[in-house]
Amino acid sequence: MMKFAAVCGSGLGSSFMVEMNINSVLKKLGVEDVEVSHYDMGSAGPDLADVFFVAADLADSATHLGEVIVLNSIIDMDELTQKVTAVCQEKGLLS
Amino acid sequence: MNGLLDILIDIASTPAILVALIAVLGLILQKKPVSDIMRGGIKTFVGFLVVTAGAGVVQGSLEPFGEMFKVAFNMQGVVPNNEAIVAMALTKYGTSTALIMLVGMVFNILIARFTRFKYIYLTGHATLYMSCMIAVILSVTGFTSAPLILLGGLALGIANTLSPAILQPFMKQITGNDQVALGHTGGVGYAISGLVGKIFGNKAKSTEDIKFPKGLAFLRDSTVSITITMGIIYVIVAIFTGGDYITANLSSGTNHIIYAVQQAGTFAAGVFVILAGVRLILAEIVPAFKGISEKLVPNAKPALDCPIVFPYAPNAVLLGFFSSFIGGLVSMALMILTGGVIIIPGVVPHFFCGATAGVFGNATGGLRGAVLGSFIQGILISYLPVFLMPVLGGLGFADSTFSDADYGVTGIFLGGLSNAGGKIAVIVGILVVLGIMFALTMMKKEKSTENNA
Repeated sequence: MMKFAAVCGSGLGSSFMVEMNINSVLKKLGVEDVEVSHYDMGSAGPDLADVFFVAADLADSATHLGEVIVLNSIIDMDELTQKVTAVCQEKGLLS
Repeated sequence: MNGLLDILIDIASTPAILVALIAVLGLILQKKPVSDIMRGGIKTFVGFLVVTAGAGVVQGSLEPFGEMFKVAFNMQGVVPNNEAIVAMALTKYGTSTALIMLVGMVFNILIARFTRFKYIYLTGHATLYMSCMIAVILSVTGFTSAPLILLGGLALGIANTLSPAILQPFMKQITGNDQVALGHTGGVGYAISGLVGKIFGNKAKSTEDIKFPKGLAFLRDSTVSITITMGIIYVIVAIFTGGDYITANLSSGTNHIIYAVQQAGTFAAGVFVILAGVRLILAEIVPAFKGISEKLVPNAKPALDCPIVFPYAPNAVLLGFFSSFIGGLVSMALMILTGGVIIIPGVVPHFFCGATAGVFGNATGGLRGAVLGSFIQGILISYLPVFLMPVLGGLGFADSTFSDADYGVTGIFLGGLSNAGGKIAVIVGILVVLGIMFALTMMKKEKSTENNA
């Protein structure tokens, strides 16, 4: 199973919101085999997920996580849909 | 018969089981499969116990801090930290907090449905913490059982729709649209920062025109920043307390500086544990609330956590934090001169609230607006706790307290009413605010019909 994770400063609010939005994008795309979670910057580590989503202001703090998708705006559903779709295509989750 | 009733009462008064049942209710309403309902319920149950465990760790590090501070300066030193105070309060007020949170979310949906304040507050941890503070203040006032839960829930529903409402004009300016709102407990501070920026600022020069060093990125890791700042604070206090006192009374012989550093790390560890627990508690409740509210109030704006505005002005985020923190240091210096309780600037509230205030100040008044606005907000969140602590009953003597501006404003409002006229004054005050919200809704309706005619 593929794992996605959203990460923010305290791992409480905005990463949780991004997680819920990623879930709704995945549902719309019909992708089922992905587990989405959310973490704070301190506990997030490269092993915890295959792909990490962070806001642009945290991009510099997240370089150690491996595959990081930077979101210019974490409230823009169009941007998120586009980026999640791209990741799913790249990982072969979308036919 | 009595045995069954006793068991039911025990379930309702065991907050860990109660929050699990609330999560289960949310999962059932969303028609989730049984396995999801089981998993969600159990994780929420454990989450609450994790928070309680974290409370013990934080308390263990704050008690020696309070003692050292008293010995060193002969004053009460308080480090505002929402996680710490909420976790401590939940051990006594867990049941009423959980029920107030549930009823408050229902009132939030009702208010959004029937007034012009169409905001659904989705920042779950802020809702949990605010429920906790309201539970404490109303319990201290003398409310119990149903009146406590209903009135507390109503107060929470009002606070969670009014806070995004006062920020919406600024949010339109920041995000460039009217689709999302800000749901965070620093609301009043951000509005003040926005106003300060508007009056004293200069929009011509934005914070985003300056180049900033990137080496500060590690500060965004809250475990690191808490340990660094608390380490500095603990070591300074330990030096003033003196090695002799600490080795004899607190550290059982360990060097006082090493002891101070270890206690600072313990505080960060406690906050780390509490955050993990809060995440578990909210994991099922927030998506359920989101799903249900979207169905019942389709045209409402979601009020989201403060970092949603950070990407709009990353420089203002850092400047706002520093400026707010300096506001906190200046306030502390003034408190030392005037005597009384000393509020030590906590890095977490100054970061999130200061940064957000910086973005608001920048939106209305550029660089000058960001610096001035977040400085004023830093002073605000230093002085509000001084007036909030006396209305928190026994918790007012803890070594930590609630920090963000909305806790101060809501708490002082409710506590002030309670002191002035007891239960009656609190009931009247809450209903008057609700009445004003309905009156404003009616006025707007009349206005729009006039415009149409």
